[in-house]
Amino acid sequence: MHSDAFDRYHHGHSPIHSLDPRVKVLVTLAFIISNALLPDGAWIAFALAWLFILVANIFSQLGIGFTFRRSFIALPFALAAITVLFSIPGQPVSSFHFLMWNFTITDAGLLRFVSIVVRSWLSVQMAILLVATTEFPKIVHALNHLRVPTIITVIISFLYRYLFVLVDEVLRLLRARQARSAALAVAAAGKSTGGNVMWRARIAGHMAGQLFLRSYERSDRIYNAMLSRGYKGELMTIHPHHFHASDRWIGAASIFGFIIMQIAGRL
Amino acid sequence: MLYSPAPLHIPDGFLSLVISIICWVITVLTLSIAISRTNESLGEKQVPLMGIMAAFTFAAQMINFPVAGGTSGHLLGGALAAIVLGPWAGMLVMTAVIAVQALLIQDGGLLVMGANILNMGLITAAIGYGLYRGVLGGSRSTKLAVAGVAAWLSVMAGALATALQLWLSGTSNLQTVVLAMLGVHAVIGIGEALITVAALGFILRTRPDLLGEGSASAGGGRGWVVAGVLISLIVVFLSPFASASPDGLERVAENLGFLDRAQPAPYEIIPDYTVPFLGETALSTIVAGVIGLIVVGIIVVLLGQRMKAKS
Repeated sequence: MHSDAFDRYHHGHSPIHSLDPRVKVLVTLAFIISNALLPDGAWIAFALAWLFILVANIFSQLGIGFTFRRSFIALPFALAAITVLFSIPGQPVSSFHFLMWNFTITDAGLLRFVSIVVRSWLSVQMAILLVATTEFPKIVHALNHLRVPTIITVIISFLYRYLFVLVDEVLRLLRARQARSAALAVAAAGKSTGGNVMWRARIAGHMAGQLFLRSYERSDRIYNAMLSRGYKGELMTIHPHHFHASDRWIGAASIFGFIIMQIAGRL
Repeated sequence: MLYSPAPLHIPDGFLSLVISIICWVITVLTLSIAISRTNESLGEKQVPLMGIMAAFTFAAQMINFPVAGGTSGHLLGGALAAIVLGPWAGMLVMTAVIAVQALLIQDGGLLVMGANILNMGLITAAIGYGLYRGVLGGSRSTKLAVAGVAAWLSVMAGALATALQLWLSGTSNLQTVVLAMLGVHAVIGIGEALITVAALGFILRTRPDLLGEGSASAGGGRGWVVAGVLISLIVVFLSPFASASPDGLERVAENLGFLDRAQPAPYEIIPDYTVPFLGETALSTIVAGVIGLIVVGIIVVLLGQRMKAKS
């Protein structure tokens, strides 16, 4: 597995790519906070927020529909909000009968539900754009500049650096299991080969324990290797951040845009 | 990818700003204690170790086992990380895992990350370690059984906290969300318990030194036992209460100013709702919760002994 197996980064040289990562992280957070602050049913403001994303998409040279295509990952969670359709008092919009229950959708409930889903959908798109245009180590570096404690950013850096190594290890463990045992009974032979659920759970647990020991021992080797190269307890970078005037202007313009959205949402 | 998102990762937009900020404050305060404690007790060698352990937790979530009909059980890892690494280090490791899941693959939001860290990293670590710490001197099977119960409870606690945050944000109806979250996670939690017990048993057999006297695992103070038991009790008492008689909780939240609208609760979704095996008074529902916990405890102890006998 390659080191960027988990990355959603798309290489490019667009204006958004070359923006300072600190500005990108802050603008993304401000955008998400702005969404959370918008009242329910602020359709003009939601439309402006989407327009903001579309414009950012165009400037990122990833295509206007880039974030839209990948924006549905948070949708299953909308299930959690579905109860507000029925539980907020208001004018009935539609009602239906399911099994032994009557469901009545109210207008206030519908408004709340759609607003929650739209807010989430907009926020996810912004986060997608951030990671698509910023290399992950640069995001972590920006977090460091933004006063996130060093120990957390260092742990995150290690996690990112060795994740694919350990995932390779997991894939080897899973392949070995598949080759030898613990698969669900396949219809082909018609007989059970995988033991019962308890047994399979125990095997999965042993694999987790095995992975833990391999990781533990690997961390020893990693530490020794790092010591030998002069590790002194902190990570260094050869890519220092440079704050340009354009970064400042784009950041300020974005915040100004969010304020406009807030005003539009309250008119 | 093999990675399957767990239903506890809240995306942005589902929690109100106030609730998000309150969760961030709790999370930041706890983490600042965790950081100062780990800085005191750990050498520079421990930092790479914690990084690799974070990668381990992330990767271990991919180890699944087929249950039936295409579904599978897998690990969340909060309890296991805290038991093996000690509570403070376990919290930091889980924080890194949740942060990377949100930043790298958008599993969980950014503004709500404080809530996600609290639910999946801090509460799970406190319960997992607290209960386990109480039986540190006990026999192998006691330790494994308690670790199993702790792992199950940690998932339930995370689910309950998530449900309460969704409700306080006005995103979900209290009764429905508590019942749904706890119902789903009662099953997910069993998978968590089984994997945690088997993994711990494996480590106890192959590298007992990692969990013995003087290890990071034994380093937490006795205060953790109190914290773990306390949070467990809250889960046991609050869950049946919230799902069977939500009016009381809603009144409290209203008085505290969280719920701005008085919800007259037109529960047309489930009229005359009563859980068959729960009674109608608060007392009997709490009793039912305690009985449920004891049953799960006995099941896990029996399973643990069966595993021990076989291995």
